[in-house]
Amino acid sequence: MTIPIAFSCVFVIEIIENQASFLDNASAGWMNTNDAVSGNGNLKKMNMFNAINNAMDLALQEDKTALLFGEDVGFGGVFRCSVNLRDKYGNDRVFNTPLCEQGIAGFAIGVANTGATAIAEIQFADYIFPSFDQIINEAAKYRYRSGGLFDCGSLTFRVPCGAVGHGALYHSQSPEGYFAHTPGLRVVIPRGPIKAKGLLLACIKDHNPCIVFEPKTLYRAAVEEVPTNFYTSELGKADILRKGNDLTLIGWGTQVHVLLEVADLSKKHLGIECEVIDLVSILPWDRNTICNSVRKTGRVIVAHEAPYTQGFGAELAACIQETCFLQLEAPVKRVTGWDTPFPHVFEPFYLPDKHRCLAAVREIFNY
Amino acid sequence: MAVGLPVPKLDVPDECESMSESMDEVRVLRLQKDFHLHRLECGPEMLVRLGKEDAKVYYRQMVAIRRLEAAASLLYKERLVRGFCHLYTGQEACAVGIKAAMRPEDTLIAGYRVHGWAYLMGVSALGVLAELTGRLSGCAKGKGGSMHMYGQGFYGGTGIVGDQVPLGAGIALAKKYSNNGGVCFALYGDGAANQGQIFECFNMACLWKLPIVFVCENNNYGMGTSAERAACNIKYYTRGDVLPGIWVNGQDILAVRSAAEFAIDHAQKRGPLLLELSTHRYYGHSMSDPGTGYRPREEIQNVRIKYDPINSFRLLCQGNVILSQNELKQIDDEVRHEVNEAIGRAKKDEELPINHLWSDVYAGHVEGNMRDVHGYNLKHVRTKASNA
Repeated sequence: MTIPIAFSCVFVIEIIENQASFLDNASAGWMNTNDAVSGNGNLKKMNMFNAINNAMDLALQEDKTALLFGEDVGFGGVFRCSVNLRDKYGNDRVFNTPLCEQGIAGFAIGVANTGATAIAEIQFADYIFPSFDQIINEAAKYRYRSGGLFDCGSLTFRVPCGAVGHGALYHSQSPEGYFAHTPGLRVVIPRGPIKAKGLLLACIKDHNPCIVFEPKTLYRAAVEEVPTNFYTSELGKADILRKGNDLTLIGWGTQVHVLLEVADLSKKHLGIECEVIDLVSILPWDRNTICNSVRKTGRVIVAHEAPYTQGFGAELAACIQETCFLQLEAPVKRVTGWDTPFPHVFEPFYLPDKHRCLAAVREIFNY
Repeated sequence: MAVGLPVPKLDVPDECESMSESMDEVRVLRLQKDFHLHRLECGPEMLVRLGKEDAKVYYRQMVAIRRLEAAASLLYKERLVRGFCHLYTGQEACAVGIKAAMRPEDTLIAGYRVHGWAYLMGVSALGVLAELTGRLSGCAKGKGGSMHMYGQGFYGGTGIVGDQVPLGAGIALAKKYSNNGGVCFALYGDGAANQGQIFECFNMACLWKLPIVFVCENNNYGMGTSAERAACNIKYYTRGDVLPGIWVNGQDILAVRSAAEFAIDHAQKRGPLLLELSTHRYYGHSMSDPGTGYRPREEIQNVRIKYDPINSFRLLCQGNVILSQNELKQIDDEVRHEVNEAIGRAKKDEELPINHLWSDVYAGHVEGNMRDVHGYNLKHVRTKASNA
């Protein structure tokens, strides 16, 4: 079956069956200078939920005030991120909450207010909306409104997000756009095990309320050699994963792996050298790295699973054209999910897959 | 079904003994388990009537739900159904009992364990199974899937736990306002019972005397968390505080029907009511959950043997000479045939065409083409509702 694309290009494309096929390339992993890893750490092969589990183990060990709670975290969590932690640290520190997201968020904010470290899990990003009021109106504004007297800086939310192949409307959403709109919060999204551990530990140590959106499809699929010691990834810093002079590709989470494959395909089929950047931090985001890259290449594509209108790509596009206008050779292009609820049956058409991204590369390069 | 099970003991009141043992007579039966009442002087009837025609309907409906859920499970294992699929097996008496009491003007809204409800509220077996397989004959044209089925007077079908209850309150208010005398049943589970919005609804319902019946289907587990570990008060029928409540044996379809009839009457004349149906789900929370990690196998085996709603009803009908073995078997065969045919068609049915990617997002055409799509002229499509 073919999907015709924009400008009568002669690509004939197959529909991708397996959402995780692109991850075959990713298992090699990479270490980035933005990950503050000490030189003599041991490495262990871990998938993303192992890495997150390891991170929380280290956090609970190092910080005696740290608490971990959420729906079903006690037995290990529906994605196995908190396996063995209750046995190790006890029921007082690792415990289940009832099914009440608004309550969980408010409760977590209260814990953090006292200075204790709160690691709260919202089971799926799709369920975060009852907590939205607490996060936006309480967590993000506490320090500001009390003149610095109180804050919930020791608060971190962990939230599985993103498409998984069959999640349909309520197990696939990427809500980073809603939270990016709220000063006072940090929002980060890991692309794999090393980053997941580093970012989580960084957020736990950071003195601001943080949300880590963990792409659930990577929990098992992404495997890397992860340092076993305590390390943090730099917050607010984007990672350049592949250097290139022709075109900048920006993504986060699962989409980063798609873009790396697109960069390979661009080089192979189109002779175009793409620079691939994982934004990592959505709020605040790394303007310097992005703009330096755009000034170099003059062309940029942003890709994300969340819908097109008012997706985070819109913020990037607006800012890039503001700061790099004269260096741009083409408009900033966004390849995103469509403006519909995340579909039950149309998922392969909805996602910004490698074919759509590659078509965008051609379009922007030939502009 | 276990061999040698005693026929449930039933007291037939004196005035009935003079009735002949003809199968056409309406039997009067006494329910086995009492209701427990909260803030109510008197509760539902313990003596219930059951005639042949009704018995056939109830039996057929319960067997159909059981078979549909088995079909869903089969299709899921064949990977023709993807995503999340929550089976109602074991809880059939709850749905059939409530439906038995409902009148055409009554409405219902529930959570995500709704394949059976869709069927009872008028969606065909094909409409249910094709919705699961994401095909055009599905009741939502395949757009919703397992958790989002809808029908006449049936508002779904929600994925977010507890979200449906405020909606139910709104439906009840609107029906009251339009004066149609209808009552809304808002169903939720023991897990959802701890959501804040449930309590907000209890308050609104009592304050405004809404014609709503809240129904907590307590199957003792919110996913893998047992009720005691999630709630400090597991007497869910009391958690409405001033809202009157009734505990009902959810495995007995006639008890559920009696309670639902009482509830409809109460909601129309005196105000909202909360029913707690004590029931059991045989399988895990969803097809991703084996259901054995948090409860012993014996627990459900025990329920299957002693309290299975279909078996109990079958024995009741036979024991009281309401339906014969042959009649029951005939119903079994009919249902098997109906569901098998639907399975076959659901597997081969058409997929929704690509121009429906942008359909039913809005009421109509609000702007040009779908943004950023090239090569396809995707104008927004509004589809007509259908109850397949």
